[in-house]
Amino acid sequence: MPEDITLSVFRGDKGGGDEVEYKVPMQTGMVVLDALHFIQAHDAPDLAVRWNCKAAHCGSCSAEINGSLKLLCKTRVDDYVGEVIHVRPMHTFPVIKDLVTDVSWNYDMLRQVPAFQPAIKAPFTLQQRDVDRIQEFRNCIECFLCQNVCHVLRDHSAQDRYWGPRLMIRFAELEMHPLDTGDRMELLKGAAGIGMCNITKCCTVVCPQGINITDNGIIPLKERVADVYWDPLGGLVRKMHK
Amino acid sequence: MREEIAYHEYDVLVIGAGGAGLRAAIESAENGLKTAVLGKSLLGKAHTVMAEGGVAAALGNLDPQDGWETHFYDTMRSGHFINDYRMAEVHAKESPDRVLELEYWGAVFDRTPDGKIMQRPFGAHTFRRLAHVGDRTGKELIRTLEQKILTVKVDIFQEITATKLFKDQDRIAGCIAYYREDGRLAVFTAKAVVIATGGWGKAYKVTSNSWESTGDGAALAFRAGAELADMEMVQFHPTGMTWPPGVRGILVTEGVRGEGGLLFNSEGERFMEKYDPVRKELSSRDVVARSIYKEVRAGRGTPHGGAWLDITHKGAAFVKRKLPGMYEQFMALADVDITKTRFEVAPTIHYTMGGLRVDAYTASTNVPGLFAAGECAAGLHGANRLGGNSLSDILVFGRRAGAGATEYAKNSAMPKIDNAEVQAEVERVLAPLSRSEGENPYRLHEDLQEIMAAHVGIERNGPELEKGLARLQELRERTANMRAPGSRQFNPGWHSVFDVQNMCLLGEAIVRGAIERKESRGAQWRTDFPDELEEQGKVNYVQQVTDKGIVVRPEPVPPMPAELAELFTRGVAPGLANAARKE
Repeated sequence: MPEDITLSVFRGDKGGGDEVEYKVPMQTGMVVLDALHFIQAHDAPDLAVRWNCKAAHCGSCSAEINGSLKLLCKTRVDDYVGEVIHVRPMHTFPVIKDLVTDVSWNYDMLRQVPAFQPAIKAPFTLQQRDVDRIQEFRNCIECFLCQNVCHVLRDHSAQDRYWGPRLMIRFAELEMHPLDTGDRMELLKGAAGIGMCNITKCCTVVCPQGINITDNGIIPLKERVADVYWDPLGGLVRKMHK
Repeated sequence: MREEIAYHEYDVLVIGAGGAGLRAAIESAENGLKTAVLGKSLLGKAHTVMAEGGVAAALGNLDPQDGWETHFYDTMRSGHFINDYRMAEVHAKESPDRVLELEYWGAVFDRTPDGKIMQRPFGAHTFRRLAHVGDRTGKELIRTLEQKILTVKVDIFQEITATKLFKDQDRIAGCIAYYREDGRLAVFTAKAVVIATGGWGKAYKVTSNSWESTGDGAALAFRAGAELADMEMVQFHPTGMTWPPGVRGILVTEGVRGEGGLLFNSEGERFMEKYDPVRKELSSRDVVARSIYKEVRAGRGTPHGGAWLDITHKGAAFVKRKLPGMYEQFMALADVDITKTRFEVAPTIHYTMGGLRVDAYTASTNVPGLFAAGECAAGLHGANRLGGNSLSDILVFGRRAGAGATEYAKNSAMPKIDNAEVQAEVERVLAPLSRSEGENPYRLHEDLQEIMAAHVGIERNGPELEKGLARLQELRERTANMRAPGSRQFNPGWHSVFDVQNMCLLGEAIVRGAIERKESRGAQWRTDFPDELEEQGKVNYVQQVTDKGIVVRPEPVPPMPAELAELFTRGVAPGLANAARKE
């Protein structure tokens, strides 16, 4: 017998709002996004939720489920047996309506990262072991859950001083590409504010792609910045090699 | 109250922000034209992101005997020779350059031991040909294009949906669109318009497609007088998930079979040995999908109506390295560890081979100034698409559409859009919000999906198709009277109204094409005409909206010149024939 589950979904916009309860019949293997689609089809056709692929490839359906930061399409309803499932929009970004937030700031920042500047024309000769790490970073689906959880952005609203983990990973994939000739160190240390990250690793924990954002991305970048700006001997050696 | 409308003017307007649309916009912007791209979703989220297995290009990194002739040969054969050979030729010749261009723009493909781009085997490709990144190639491709387009001068409009194309006399003039965020309206006047809105798999319930695949651009262009071709050709991918119900239809990449996965029926028989003894699991998609379907019909299906797919013999480390997305997908959504156990798969609607009829070289449609590229266009794939050929398609023809639109825009003046037409469309678009009575768009979408599955699914016949057509026409009337309660602010019910209207129109075109094609060929399987017929192989069915409604007519398939036709007379693929000659 299918039993009902209860969802409590944020309904509102930038002017405010409140959670509204809905009953949905349980189905085997159901994910929270399925339950929201049921609500749209039966109770609230104007319930706003962003989604595309429903297969955890596109990173559109980020939300906060019972306080955890997750993709709606990948979160099983049966993880919450006997509980009311509270679904709220990402906290860090301005609400447009219901579960949909304005994430345009992330794209504005992405636009400011100087693009890949290869030393030679393709085809490239690259060993797999030399690209494993950047492939890990390029597995990012831009769900912006890492941006949402980062306390620098979430609790301190320091968007004007730190661009957040997603952007750090974008820097990392470029800086660690064996054939890239770009130099983004000044930007990284300055406007992008890598120094603001104090390595609490919350971003790594919420990443649905399992990217080791802090250990593999941000910390090596911090070390590079330190090398360039705070290591006079290394800086001299580098200058002589140029 | 008079509606506030924003007006924009561009040389080139690209509708659709998947791979084809982004590549087209990059091309026209790099040529110095004022360019805009409109997308229904956020940038980088389009359906391209779901492509898994790879991008087909005869780079010859692992099999040096591969070349454009063999890629061309494989594409035409799998399309059962109703493809436009000129598109297949251009595509086979240009794909390698497009892939290398992506590498230059920052894409990081998997590598061979000697450091080249790795290529994997795939169904009905003679050689190892698919450049890939694990099983997330589409993501790599769209992310690279997204990162590239952020560096060129293109105005990017996110989460905006076009509802109507306008013409100035016979030529294209632009479109009107609504912002999903708040429902405000904008009119875009443009010298040239590129349609790159993808397919319409969401007309079916069991599909691997994302919500966006509602065929908007194809439907808008069809209403504006553009021709559709090969609409009956809808690809069933052999392997979609079957269980649990919420994931039914989600894609299981062909890469699983490419990397060695085997198919078994409930009796443990490796049934593909029976249907295609040579290519077996790596036969073309139409053959494998139909084989699974036949096994299920014969009572040899798995518990949820499919076949077993087994890759456990390759070992856990190999599977996690080569197919990480699949491993994760089954663990998270179905509680199945594919490194330890076989799993169920069944056919799922995957791709629409038919679409807007275009010129092979410029991607222009029959409407002056209107271009189309990618899944919304017809011609390259014929009756069945090869895996990996869609990602190369969007790169090759996205670029060509951008170039074609550039040439056209350079040589034409800015058209004018008739204000009365704009006002009429504004009223039509806003009407569902104020109707006190009307149909529920979600319900009509379900009805459409039920009709498509019942009457024009994998197995077809004349009487069922006629029934389907009658039911679709009835449904189309109901779609004129839909109601969307709520405000204009991000209102999915309201958005669905237009998606459903577009899918109903294209669904009808699918049925009409299937009725006309009285044979079985590629994706079209008719039990009342079970054979592939020579005469039918000489025509494409072309559809156009006229004063009398939709008219379907046969058009001759362009005949191949002698030097290309000769490639098919050797009994083996060109690359293999050349190798044999050398020996």
